[in-house]
Amino acid sequence: MNRINQLFQNKNKNILSIYYTAGYPNLDDTLTIARALEEAGADMLEIGFPYSDPVADGPVIQASSKQALDNGMDLKLLFEQLKDLRKYVNIPVLLMGYVNPLLQYGVENFCKACAEVGVDGLIVPDLPMVEYEEFYKDTFQQYGISNVFLITPQTAVERIHKIVELTNGFIYMVSSSATTGKNLSLSQVTEDYFSRVAALELKNPTMIGFGISDQPSFEKACQYASGAIIGTAFVKALQSDKLEESIQGFMIGFSK
Amino acid sequence: MEYFVNEKGYYGDFGGAYIPEMLYPNVEELRQNYMSIINDEGFQEEFKKLLKDYVGRPSPLYLAKRLSSKYHANIFLKREDLNHTGAHKINNTIGQILLAERLGKKRIIAETGAGQHGVATATVCALRGLECVIYMGEIDIERQAPNVARMKMLGATVVPATSGSKTLKDATNEAMRDWVNNPVDTHYIIGSVVGPHPYPDMVALFQSIISEETKKQLIEQTGRDQPDYVLACVGGGSNAMGMFYHFINDAAVKLIAVEAAGKGVSSGYTAATTALGKEGVLHGSRSILMQTEDGQVVEPFSVSAGLDYPGIGPQHAHLFKTTRAQYVSITDEEALNAGLLCTQLEGIIPAIESAHAIAQLEKMEFKAGENVVVCLSGRGDKDMETYMKYFGL
Repeated sequence: MNRINQLFQNKNKNILSIYYTAGYPNLDDTLTIARALEEAGADMLEIGFPYSDPVADGPVIQASSKQALDNGMDLKLLFEQLKDLRKYVNIPVLLMGYVNPLLQYGVENFCKACAEVGVDGLIVPDLPMVEYEEFYKDTFQQYGISNVFLITPQTAVERIHKIVELTNGFIYMVSSSATTGKNLSLSQVTEDYFSRVAALELKNPTMIGFGISDQPSFEKACQYASGAIIGTAFVKALQSDKLEESIQGFMIGFSK
Repeated sequence: MEYFVNEKGYYGDFGGAYIPEMLYPNVEELRQNYMSIINDEGFQEEFKKLLKDYVGRPSPLYLAKRLSSKYHANIFLKREDLNHTGAHKINNTIGQILLAERLGKKRIIAETGAGQHGVATATVCALRGLECVIYMGEIDIERQAPNVARMKMLGATVVPATSGSKTLKDATNEAMRDWVNNPVDTHYIIGSVVGPHPYPDMVALFQSIISEETKKQLIEQTGRDQPDYVLACVGGGSNAMGMFYHFINDAAVKLIAVEAAGKGVSSGYTAATTALGKEGVLHGSRSILMQTEDGQVVEPFSVSAGLDYPGIGPQHAHLFKTTRAQYVSITDEEALNAGLLCTQLEGIIPAIESAHAIAQLEKMEFKAGENVVVCLSGRGDKDMETYMKYFGL
């Protein structure tokens, strides 16, 4: 059983997952941030591998991606940096990014490299379900990599069930139809959607992301899911000259 | 060989719909409905009527006598420059606005490079009274000021794309983000044969009027509907796909797609996608794109904003890979000179995009009596500043 499944088995409430972009703010911060986050109480990590054209992301994560690329980040280097990941970090780690860099690296090579360094899962927002099932699912499974799919308020119930069939990972519930970094609006529509998905009693755990930025929005999300994912607010809080302090400062705001 | 889209949304190895889940319902709604809407008699009637009475179609197929005698062949220019708004782009925006109305959409977004597609979109939004937001790269806004003013006058909001190279690719990213954020009431009018399925097929269908007319006009003028060569410029590739469409399954017709080499294919300042690109995914479809080893999209370069794009549509990628069409490239300098030549021999100032296709004539050897159709996709008014600077006019 991989670390993601283990986590959800041991803890099914208030799981805090943090997203950050590899190679940002400085090229070599990737592992430092991972260690600091685990120490500060994060339950799971999502490390973004940067892409030049991140269409699902808002300005903050776009800027972090661009900075990371300017710093010289690429997938080869990322796996090199993650070589010692499991010496220092015990919590589940996922990589998140867009499909083109993954295709250029080669899906099999990518899954193999993930397995070697101890990455547990992948989130690739623009990899369609059909292509995943037809071309890549076997490879992911062969290397024990969980593929995490997104759902939104517009995702039909049949499609959610199809996703559940396809993956043993958690279901990433995008809080609203938006790019990353918009504030969670706790409208009736959003709550109805959260409740609707909760009522499906899916076999896979759910995590809510997009628009979660602080303790109140985190708590709200946790009422409807196993936990929540914070990205933009964390990336914004990172200070390159006081990296570890800025991480601790951010995480202190969350009591779980 | 099958050159058109299959039921899964692919052209051979290319195509598909590589989009985040946030866009899935919109794209799926389109996919399920576009063929039945387009094939509906009422739709066709309204579409054809607007193309005739509003756009001014059919556009002439003009036998360019002095170009013909220079190149020792019958050079026909398909005059898309004479369309309302000055380019082929309006064929597609008329089709898509009628489709958006039938899907109940209230708000239209679009990306634009040279501004031609933005103007064509703003025009049909004014025509039908729909809200219009156009995304345009900051650099393109500077080099295409008259088109920006036209869009504003037509009532559109023009939003600068300030990320990346600040050109067409980035405008497309911003438009896609807008669509992610406004999934219910908004239709995204993509201006080229790019994007997730069904866009490449849908845009090609709307542009196919170019070759549909050309065939008829060739019969009238030459007695047969088969030219020897068909040439068109390619950025994303919409005028080329429209120009090729009804000739694709006729192997006797040689198809030539002209990309922008910028300062030269090996100069580092180029948009010659097939010369330098590799297979990958950009803007929602698997195609050929210029990219680094690591799969980062390379910033393209061309003097012509409409060709300044690092990819090509998936059907073009398929025509390239199967060698059904030949892909060549023309430098900025060659294109500008061809623009001047066409102006002085025929009294037609072509868009710099279209001048790339004309420039290719110089590199070809024709047999006497061969019929060559060049798609003159747009007029050069928008490019006067560039021509003035280059020729010191």
